[in-house]
Amino acid sequence: MGKKVVVKIMVMLFLSAMMLTVSCAKKSVETDPSAGIQQGSQDGLSAEEIARQKALEEERLREEALRNAIAAEKEKFEMEDIYFDFDSSELVPDARTLLKEKADFLTRNSGLTVTIEGHCDERGTTEYNLALGERRAMAAKRYLQDLGIAEFRLNTISYGEERPAIQGNDESAWSKNRRAHFVIR
Amino acid sequence: MGIMVQNINTKLMAALNSCGFFILCGLLCVLALFPSTVIAQYAYININDPLMRKIPVAIPFFKASTGHEQEVSLGKNAVDIMSSALDFTGYLSVLDKASFIENPSIKGITGADINYKNWTVIGADLLITGGIVEQNGAVRLELRLFDSFKESLLIGKVYTGHKEDIKSMVYRFCAEISLLLTGKMGVFGSKIAFVSTVKGNKEIFTCDFDGGNVSRLTNFNNITMSPAWSSDGNYIAFTSYAKGNPDLYIRDLRTNRDTVLSKKGLNITPAWIPGQFALAATLSFSGDQDIYIISGSGAVKSQLTKSMGIDLSPAFSPDGTQFAFVSKRSGNPQIYIGDTGSGSARRLTFQGNYNTSPAWSPDGDKIAYVGIVKNSINIYVIGVNGGGPTQLTSGQGDNEDPSWSPDGNLIAFSSTRQGASRIFVMTSTGSDQRPLFTFGGSQTDPTWSSAFGNK
Repeated sequence: MGKKVVVKIMVMLFLSAMMLTVSCAKKSVETDPSAGIQQGSQDGLSAEEIARQKALEEERLREEALRNAIAAEKEKFEMEDIYFDFDSSELVPDARTLLKEKADFLTRNSGLTVTIEGHCDERGTTEYNLALGERRAMAAKRYLQDLGIAEFRLNTISYGEERPAIQGNDESAWSKNRRAHFVIR
Repeated sequence: MGIMVQNINTKLMAALNSCGFFILCGLLCVLALFPSTVIAQYAYININDPLMRKIPVAIPFFKASTGHEQEVSLGKNAVDIMSSALDFTGYLSVLDKASFIENPSIKGITGADINYKNWTVIGADLLITGGIVEQNGAVRLELRLFDSFKESLLIGKVYTGHKEDIKSMVYRFCAEISLLLTGKMGVFGSKIAFVSTVKGNKEIFTCDFDGGNVSRLTNFNNITMSPAWSSDGNYIAFTSYAKGNPDLYIRDLRTNRDTVLSKKGLNITPAWIPGQFALAATLSFSGDQDIYIISGSGAVKSQLTKSMGIDLSPAFSPDGTQFAFVSKRSGNPQIYIGDTGSGSARRLTFQGNYNTSPAWSPDGDKIAYVGIVKNSINIYVIGVNGGGPTQLTSGQGDNEDPSWSPDGNLIAFSSTRQGASRIFVMTSTGSDQRPLFTFGGSQTDPTWSSAFGNK
């Protein structure tokens, strides 16, 4: 009895060690697939092995494409501000549409946390704009929460009129400065 | 400062003696009991009268008693300080010395030496004479104010101290003149804190009331704003993003140490409660922006406003029982007046749909604020009971951040009329608008201290 158990355990250990070695080997191929392919052709590997390496290479490219797509999405997420009317922290329809896209992105990338910056145009007083900027950031935060994003993933800060996106003192500049800006942390 | 003061006998001796005593004690509030006696006799000026004529004053060179070079130069310096200080008041105009017929620095500085006709003929309602003695750094400054039409001595003072104290001596005498003419000590010795950009970052600076002695207070290399003086002038509270969040800083100017209040969200718009080591500020840790009372050591004590929506920019009445503030409770920013005890509030401004930045006048009866009408940002004054409002600036750039001088005669503000924002000063009626100084970067948010400097 005792001996059988010991043997069984040893076999299992041996097998798992084998599997580890195999998976390790796989990993090392994955981390340096180009080297592997070169090696394959040089060493005259079997057709099966070449096909396997090709599949791995395709997988790597797919992963890279996905990573690039996520990076592009992240960039878009940070580039696209939502805009507000003068002296208002109400979310206009365009802002809601954009926030839905952002919520979708955050749902798909559940590991990300975000800082929402509230900004104002230069009109109005510095102090009041600090409060208004905060309300803009809070409005965006609440909407994302309503769309299912956990509160702990959403931070807010107001910069009032201190950090305009665009310099200038006409409505075209002002309208671009009355915004909530999103930064992935 | 070790300055000694003696009176030179005048008809007003009794009243001035009392005032002088209390000035030395620094008990400014007590002065309110005395001006009636003084003003009753010399009611020259109503500084709130927009049609007020500036009083011409002659300040001839002071007499240097021994006449050595150092003494003469100190005397000239004293005349310059006095001339620019009195000119700054907005109710006195200092006459050009070229028109003077008589030279008291040679002829003599006492009433017996003066031929008043020589001063009335050039239009000098008032005449100031001075004598200076300097010996091994010790200075004796003898100053007299005469009414040249009544041919009488109004104020006579002898100040003794170190030569470094000359500026303070002159300011004290200017304060005496102000007290006699307006019933108030004036601005002499007060300071102005303001925000200026350094390499794109807002930092806090201070300067003398007349724009001299500019000195940098903060060095955070981040957004720093909203300076507020404590009544005793020992502390300046402000908001800074130094640690990333808009936090409230309370700086002890004697030790240069900061106490920081860093609640989640905004910690902004500090205002000291007059005479107390406590202030009000807007915090948003609850998710709503409300005004709270905070101890001078940075502990949140109680909540002053409870209405949902933006409440900020508290400004206390001189006795601290009431505070003006900005609230969006009606849908757009308007000025309200709250009761410090109960927190109950009433709306003060009804004209326009953007009124912010209230500043309560030292007299207690007016509030200066910023109003925006058709993208035009200007300074207005409204009675505490809703009288007015009167527009003080117009047609010249954006005008913001009003702050009253400690005597209530002047208002400092920021204006973009010359391009970049600069600190300007005007009288409480809007006349005499002038830049305080020229300085690189852009300047905003001037905040006048109390007149602690001349206590």
